[in-house]
Amino acid sequence: MVNTSVSLCGVKLKNPVVPASGTFGFGYEFSDIYDINILGAISIKGTTKEPRFGNPTPRIAECTSGLINSVGLQNPGIHAVIEKEIPRLREVYSNPIISNISGFSIDEYVYCCEKINEVKDVDIIEVNVSCPNVHNGGMSFGTLPENVEAVTKAVKKVTTKPVFIKLTPNVTDITSIAKACEQGGADGISLINTCQGLRLDLNKRKPIIANKIGGFSGRAVFPIALRMVWQVYEAVKLPIMGIGGVATAEDVVEMMMAGATAVQVGAENLVNPYACSDIINSLPSVMEKYKIKDLNEIIGVAHQ
Amino acid sequence: MKQSYLKVLTNEKLTANVCKMTLMGDVSAIERPGQFVNIAIDGLFLRRPISVCDVEDNVLTIIYKVVGKGTEKMSYMKGGEILDILTGLGNGYFTDLSGEKPLLVGGGVGVPPMYKLCKELIKEGKEPTVILGFNTKSEVFYENEFKALGVTVFVTTVDGSYGIKGFVTDAIKEVGEYTYLYTCGPEPMLKALYNAVTTSGQFSFEERMGCGFGACMGCSCKTKYGNKRICKDGPVLVKEEIIW
Repeated sequence: MVNTSVSLCGVKLKNPVVPASGTFGFGYEFSDIYDINILGAISIKGTTKEPRFGNPTPRIAECTSGLINSVGLQNPGIHAVIEKEIPRLREVYSNPIISNISGFSIDEYVYCCEKINEVKDVDIIEVNVSCPNVHNGGMSFGTLPENVEAVTKAVKKVTTKPVFIKLTPNVTDITSIAKACEQGGADGISLINTCQGLRLDLNKRKPIIANKIGGFSGRAVFPIALRMVWQVYEAVKLPIMGIGGVATAEDVVEMMMAGATAVQVGAENLVNPYACSDIINSLPSVMEKYKIKDLNEIIGVAHQ
Repeated sequence: MKQSYLKVLTNEKLTANVCKMTLMGDVSAIERPGQFVNIAIDGLFLRRPISVCDVEDNVLTIIYKVVGKGTEKMSYMKGGEILDILTGLGNGYFTDLSGEKPLLVGGGVGVPPMYKLCKELIKEGKEPTVILGFNTKSEVFYENEFKALGVTVFVTTVDGSYGIKGFVTDAIKEVGEYTYLYTCGPEPMLKALYNAVTTSGQFSFEERMGCGFGACMGCSCKTKYGNKRICKDGPVLVKEEIIW
């Protein structure tokens, strides 16, 4: 018997496999196809204060081993998420819920985190700092250490739940951003969000995506994500949820060896709806293959 | 939704760039005409959503147009190949609103879903009339298959090289009385029909999709009944909810 369970800031996960926000809806949709209670946790669809339709379509462009998306945070708003979506997920799912929060101003982050703090079904708050800051010329919060620190401090003041800051990889130095999270009092770091990307329609001689540039994810970004998890593990003491291109149990093990305590699966869910289930089912045999008795032994082991 | 491994039985050209493929296996998740399947293709990241033309027992028929890498690869597939397919996606057409004499209008690769729908309506004792719209004579397919079902079929071509000259809306005058509209085709055609028909109806839409089963919000649209995902809450929308 191997031990697959891990702990994130005191929240126990029966395994480290977590569907990533934006690729798994509010979770309950997947309960039609498999028992989602096998999942370590679920990071639900990113939520803003007000309902958002998101960006115009087309929002999706295929790439080699991945896709570009520009959904634009479509969501029903924090109140509907609290009143409808989370209770609906709770009806079919009893493991930890990670609520993903987005905002276009610090006030919006604070508002949403304050509201979600009252929801006892939510175990961890994941704050997405990749959105543009409307008070700062639309530049992403996550690209400047001082902004990341300010958001982290502000949300930590209004919540008692563990706060993970989800970082964008589109920065010159990911470690300075990670240190800003630590400085601001974050409990953990999720990384990476999508890499900026572009595809053109050769017939139309124009971008495929209506918003032109979007976020690239999928198997192709795994080495980039792994590198950033590696760097952040060395830079800060916070637990890490590794995200980016994870598609197999071997990827989970590799991400953990680089420093992740838990691992999120994103784009792969969109092409294989059973991706998380397949990974969880094959995890014990992969652990045996690499002589791992307890996943906790391998977190960051590659740095030793 | 169900993940099925279906075996290719046949794969043949109907016109220069439209192909028909039949596949065998578990197709039990397909509940209604107008639903679609999402096909994994080796070497490509995203699946390819293709509408269901027909399903009988354990045989699925799809008709697809070669428009890009994915459909091109499909066109080379041979009998015996096994494909990883998500089946039973989308809402599909609801036949209970059709009345006695529904009008079915398909344009180009919007024709295939009309076939299974037509069969279902006939089975329910209704009298469908079918309009099939194409650009030109060489692109016409499935006219005889519809005729074999015993329904009245009008074919239109934009250049007048076959059937009625013009658009599908030009054929409506020939139809006489109808009780309801079911349609699938390019958006300009759907919009023209929306303005031309006097009855209610169901319109099937197309959009670039990510997952095809409602998880990614890649194919959302606004309707009078709220935001909908074309892949999950659609692809069929009722006339009353459509916002152009």
